[in-house]
Amino acid sequence: MSEILRQQPSQLRRLRVIPSQARYPTLRSIFGLWIPTIFVAGLVLLPIFYLILRAYGADQSTWEQIFRIQTLETVGRTIWLAFAVTLASTAIAVPVAWLTVRSDLPFRRLWAVLTPLPLVIPSYVGAYLMVSTIGPRGLFQNWLESSLGIERFPDIYGFPGAMLILTLMSYPFILLSVRAALQKIDPALEDAARSLGLNAWSTFWRVTFPQIRPAIAAGGLLVALYVLRDFGAVSIMRYNTFTRVIYIQYQSSFNRSTAAVLALVLVSIAILILAFEIWTRGKARYYRSDASASKPAAVIQLGRWRWPALIFCSLLVGAALVMPAGMLIFWLLRGLEAGEQIGSLWLAAKNSILGSSLASGVTLVAALPVAALAIRRPNPVSRLLDRLTYIAFALPGIVIALALVFFGANFAPFLYQTLPLLVFAYAILFLPEAVGAVRTSMLQVPPNFEEAGRSLGQKPLQVFQKITMPLIRPGLAAGAGLVFLTTMKELPATLILAPYGFKTLATSVWSAVSEAFFARAAAPALILILVSSLPLAALILRDQKSEHRS
Amino acid sequence: MKSQHEFIIISTLVLTGLLFSACTLGSSDESSNTLVLYSGRSESLVEPIITQFTEASGIEVQVRYGSTAELAATLLEEGENSPADLFFAQDPGGLGAVADAGLLAQLPFDLMYLVDERFRSPQNLWVGISGRARVVVYNSERLSPDDLPEDLHGFTDPAWKGRIGLPPTNGSFQTMITGMRQVWGEEATREWLLGILANEPVFYEKNTPTVAAVASGEVDVGFVNHYYLYRFIAEEGEGFAARNYFLPSGGPGSLVMVSGIGRIATGQNEAAALEFIEFLLSETAQQYFASETFEYPLIPDIQIFTGLTPLTELNALDIALGDLSDLQGSVELLQEVGALP
Repeated sequence: MSEILRQQPSQLRRLRVIPSQARYPTLRSIFGLWIPTIFVAGLVLLPIFYLILRAYGADQSTWEQIFRIQTLETVGRTIWLAFAVTLASTAIAVPVAWLTVRSDLPFRRLWAVLTPLPLVIPSYVGAYLMVSTIGPRGLFQNWLESSLGIERFPDIYGFPGAMLILTLMSYPFILLSVRAALQKIDPALEDAARSLGLNAWSTFWRVTFPQIRPAIAAGGLLVALYVLRDFGAVSIMRYNTFTRVIYIQYQSSFNRSTAAVLALVLVSIAILILAFEIWTRGKARYYRSDASASKPAAVIQLGRWRWPALIFCSLLVGAALVMPAGMLIFWLLRGLEAGEQIGSLWLAAKNSILGSSLASGVTLVAALPVAALAIRRPNPVSRLLDRLTYIAFALPGIVIALALVFFGANFAPFLYQTLPLLVFAYAILFLPEAVGAVRTSMLQVPPNFEEAGRSLGQKPLQVFQKITMPLIRPGLAAGAGLVFLTTMKELPATLILAPYGFKTLATSVWSAVSEAFFARAAAPALILILVSSLPLAALILRDQKSEHRS
Repeated sequence: MKSQHEFIIISTLVLTGLLFSACTLGSSDESSNTLVLYSGRSESLVEPIITQFTEASGIEVQVRYGSTAELAATLLEEGENSPADLFFAQDPGGLGAVADAGLLAQLPFDLMYLVDERFRSPQNLWVGISGRARVVVYNSERLSPDDLPEDLHGFTDPAWKGRIGLPPTNGSFQTMITGMRQVWGEEATREWLLGILANEPVFYEKNTPTVAAVASGEVDVGFVNHYYLYRFIAEEGEGFAARNYFLPSGGPGSLVMVSGIGRIATGQNEAAALEFIEFLLSETAQQYFASETFEYPLIPDIQIFTGLTPLTELNALDIALGDLSDLQGSVELLQEVGALP
């Protein structure tokens, strides 16, 4: 089969689109793609229905609270933070992705495993740790004071702190997505560009960059929406974003109607960002030109850039991973010395892994039809369905959790407070991570590969297994990895929806840190990082091995 | 193109199958000897006492931990279909919200009378379990109690500019503001807040970071609940550079608040639920709260933590906590003066 595929004329720039199917949906596509996609989109929209229902009960004082000048200011601040964090994350993630996939960076695999890990640090823990280390009068500053006599650090609270911590915790969204794209990029294009006389730098900008652009956009969208919904970092850094205002409504006045109206404003900000992303996206096609792509791309020699690159990666991992982990170890040792007891964390670790694995499996399966429909039947409706899956991602976890409490307790009591409902909540929360990763990698698969397979008499499932699957594997892995890592640290939905006694590492950290049991918080937090790094390492090392084998 | 369809049909079936098959696995079998407790108090503090209860009574307790506000919102969403028997809340605000929705059952008087009238619901819908006092925590390396004013008004002096830390989103802080509105009146409270804000205080997320910031010298004083300090000292040793200051002239700055518990009206296990509340008000449990969480016991003759000013000697307001449920008004005031977004 690959023989036949190879005989296709390879074209450098863009592949001719072969209109292989009627424009009207076939029965097969209705049952195979449309119905599952609409089903998934409908489920994801449950929280929105809930919000509309709650907003309906809003009274006069609610509206007075919304139509204030402060609301506009908060909207402005929120969008500004989302924009800045997305930009900074891109600037960090793209070079790191390229260095760990394509270059001869020393200890490349180690960096590949370490650089995505900050994603598992819950943002409130990360922010707390950052304040304890580099905050005014933090640990680092105390050390500077005793050795250099520096009295007070510049304030990290407010915008700088929030931006710093959110960037360090969320750049892995872009990193993992871009890594997946780089792994399956068609090296023939770069080879051609180089042979036509472009240097490495221009080749990157003119050939590689346009091809990873959808991956940057997919990851960037997650970063921007994540900033909208984050509560932990902004509250500790005292930067008033919309989510913080929503939490204050729940926390202080138990006012669910006002909170719902505010959450709907957040939804409209999310829609704005989604529209912006569509607008920036061109109509380019990205699939490779022929099957020779299974040939690994050449490793690019960094030469004298080796050391700056190494320093860059070290600084990043130092700030985003080693510093928080070091502080945790300090807490742990200090507590142990003071005679603190650390209970067994085996059960919490097991629950975390169980929940996260189920979540990544279910989310991936739910993401496939959505992504496939958006790529293979590109029309306004399919694109809209694809975008709809993103909206819930911008909502604070508590909103999703309460929506499922409402539907679960009142309409599906047999599901309420069971593991399946919790996994369902995770799937709603993290679906776009998988949709984005799968969609980006499917973009790179030319449809005529699959058609060739079909014309050779293979069953659809076989075609998927033999052709599509291997080609989108990095995307599937990136999607599963992202969902796994973010589920590991998920808190509000886990607290409210989990079966009784279902402790996870994240809930253990939270329960301890909220009462200032720092040593007891440090142990599960460290295990959280450790446990998350194992599957990530397996995933990344296997990918790199398969790359080298072929 | 058609390639994916079958795969997708199958995977959708698998997905649905997985969801539904797992339901049977996850559904809990509720025997009458199992209580369901929603606890807004953290697991690290509450779990040991629950274990003791189960050992003593043979009644299993299933607990959902969360923040008081989130659990109150959860109870409101669940409505009559709530599986919960009891709601143990960090502050009366959460209990008030649930009580207002008619979700709490009346408690029998023999339970209520164990606790001073100030520390229980006027409608007998919830009862206080442990007390905490508002204090001023100060950095003990820079200040001594002599440097501190008699009451909260003293902190509006410009000398305190940039030296105050407070958690405006915290329920206890807001309850203190409610107390001020009750005692001082709306206008005087606004003036006090504006005076404090003019001193550019540093806002913290909750009590814990406020206490930490005082000890590290980020600010000199903080308005918090009394018991967080002792947790820090237990963890970091006597060298922890912060101490509590009980305002001598009292007033809202020495308000005593409680954590409390209420029974959910739709709960099926009334007898067991009441037994649990009774246990929390027993000597064993009250002594546990006094020595392990450094709070004030609410029944007489319990040894309080060394160094605490006894509850009776605190110059506290004689104000019923049931009257302090109007958090909404305080939140609006805090928003108006710019302390909350």
